[in-house]
Amino acid sequence: MDFLRPASWEEALAAKAEHPTAVPIAGGTDVMVEINFDHRRPEYLLDLNRIGELSEWEVGEESVRLGASVPYTRIMENLRGELPGLALASHTVASPQIRNRGGVGGNLGTASPAGDAHPALLAAGAEVEVESVRGSRLIPIDEFYTGVKRNALAADELIRAVHIKKADGPQQYSKVGTRNAMVIAVCAFGLALHPETRTVRTGIGSAAPTPVRAKAAEEFLSAALEEGGFWDNGKIITPSVAKQFADLCSAACNPIDDVRGTASYRRHAVGIMARRTLTWTWESYRGTAASTEGVA
Amino acid sequence: MRVNFTVNGRQQEADDVWEGESLLYVLRERLGLPGSKNACEQGECGSCTVRLDGVPVCSCLVAAGQVEGREVVTVEGLADFAKQRAEHGGCATGACGTPGGSGTSLDEAKQWAAKGHDSQTGEGGELSSIQQAFIDAGAVQCGFCTPGLLVAADEMLERTPNPTDADIREALSGNLCRCTGYEKIMDAVRLAAARQSEAV
Ligand SMILES: Cc1cc2nc3c(=O)[nH]c(=O)nc-3n(C[C@H](O)[C@H](O)[C@H](O)COP(=O)(O)OP(=O)(O)OC[C@H]3O[C@@H](n4cnc5c(N)ncnc54)[C@H](O)[C@@H]3O)c2cc1C
Ligand code: FES
Ligand code: FES
Repeated sequence: MDFLRPASWEEALAAKAEHPTAVPIAGGTDVMVEINFDHRRPEYLLDLNRIGELSEWEVGEESVRLGASVPYTRIMENLRGELPGLALASHTVASPQIRNRGGVGGNLGTASPAGDAHPALLAAGAEVEVESVRGSRLIPIDEFYTGVKRNALAADELIRAVHIKKADGPQQYSKVGTRNAMVIAVCAFGLALHPETRTVRTGIGSAAPTPVRAKAAEEFLSAALEEGGFWDNGKIITPSVAKQFADLCSAACNPIDDVRGTASYRRHAVGIMARRTLTWTWESYRGTAASTEGVA
Repeated sequence: MRVNFTVNGRQQEADDVWEGESLLYVLRERLGLPGSKNACEQGECGSCTVRLDGVPVCSCLVAAGQVEGREVVTVEGLADFAKQRAEHGGCATGACGTPGGSGTSLDEAKQWAAKGHDSQTGEGGELSSIQQAFIDAGAVQCGFCTPGLLVAADEMLERTPNPTDADIREALSGNLCRCTGYEKIMDAVRLAAARQSEAV
């Protein structure tokens, strides 16, 4: 095994081009487990810790450009306002020690259907900035997950950053597990209200071969909210609308039975989380809507 | 490969390190610092917790090559680290997790080294307040989880001098005690916090 220590992003790209089988290592919280247990014996490890810019973020007009190696702890501490869904999801990852090392770049690299960043990214809307010596491209998050633990990266590409839309409304993240800490999701659900475009986006974790959006549910809910004038009148969402939304979210799942839960449990739990997160976010939206009206 | 880094304030050099080796293995097997425990090697138990540039991490999940040029504090250096911090009214390394947020200059930090007694084992010296509190509260049974808990709890008290029970639980949520002495562990951290605030 060889340990490659590029000191800059350009050097890292050059190293990855020269050794396409090299395994990047950022926080190491996935990679080191595999090496410690001899599940993986890469020819080259490509250390990304030396590349300072990967641990930085920029808050722009429309979106946050989050460096691939920004640890979850930093996201929770610094980006709760801009990226509430991702900050909540980050807080559910493992433990403080793991959150101090692991980040979204590694979560995307592993592309596990259970990764906690994915539902939040799908719901918020995001693009993954990847680069190789051949050039740079932005991959829409919906096209990033290509199969169980597979993603759209080419062999010579590295993830540089993720561009995540800044929240324009309430966002929530919910996860089912046996305890609060150190739990890989049985299933998870992210929801974001986008009042500016009058749309709703979702993300489902651990209930299909890849993280997925419940697109039919999103379309149904967006139409129902529009039709009832809900965005303007801020009324309580009718139980029948919430139920239909929850059912459509369950229907978007394609789960399996495994040690953590059965397929039917997952489908059921996703429906419950969909209804709850809808209630939480909508109550929060109504609260803000009401207070703005009160001032005007 | 060779890895150069600072452990408990001392420059260390580890030779013939395998490229896939963990920081935990280097500490225990190459540098003779067995305080950090090896229980799961998969980040689940926290008994290998050390501070890397001030930040608590599982040393079993840090590749040895990633610590080149960086600073590590293990349980063996904890008492001196805490003492140094108390003397400087901030953090001992100048890298307490909040960039630029402490009163210790880089030069001061670089001068810090675990000293006195036997800095290999940490034996024979004074204990840090968190270590003393663990003993006084009876928070140690077999002791396997203790080093990781001490490092994690000490770091929390540095950030949050007056923690709530929820703060303590959260900060220690990555540390498992197989003897399940959690209530006594909570008592110990509360005790250390109370003594710390009395001392100020
Ligand atoms: C005890 C424990 C509990 C965990 N609990 C959770 C949990 O609750 N939720 C959760 O989502 N995850 C969990 N994980 C998994 C892991 O912490 C996350 O997936 C984390 O986001 C990985 O980030 P990292 O920086 O440590 O990745 P690494 O281990 O460094 O890398 C992960 C993968 O991504 C690739 N990679 C990393 N950076 C890049 C890059 N810039 N470009 C291209 N490829 C890259 C690596 O080659 C590797 O394939 C847990 C892990 C452990 C050990
Ligand atoms: S040995 Fe590192 S977390 Fe268990
Ligand atoms: S005291 Fe035995 S594992 Fe905690």
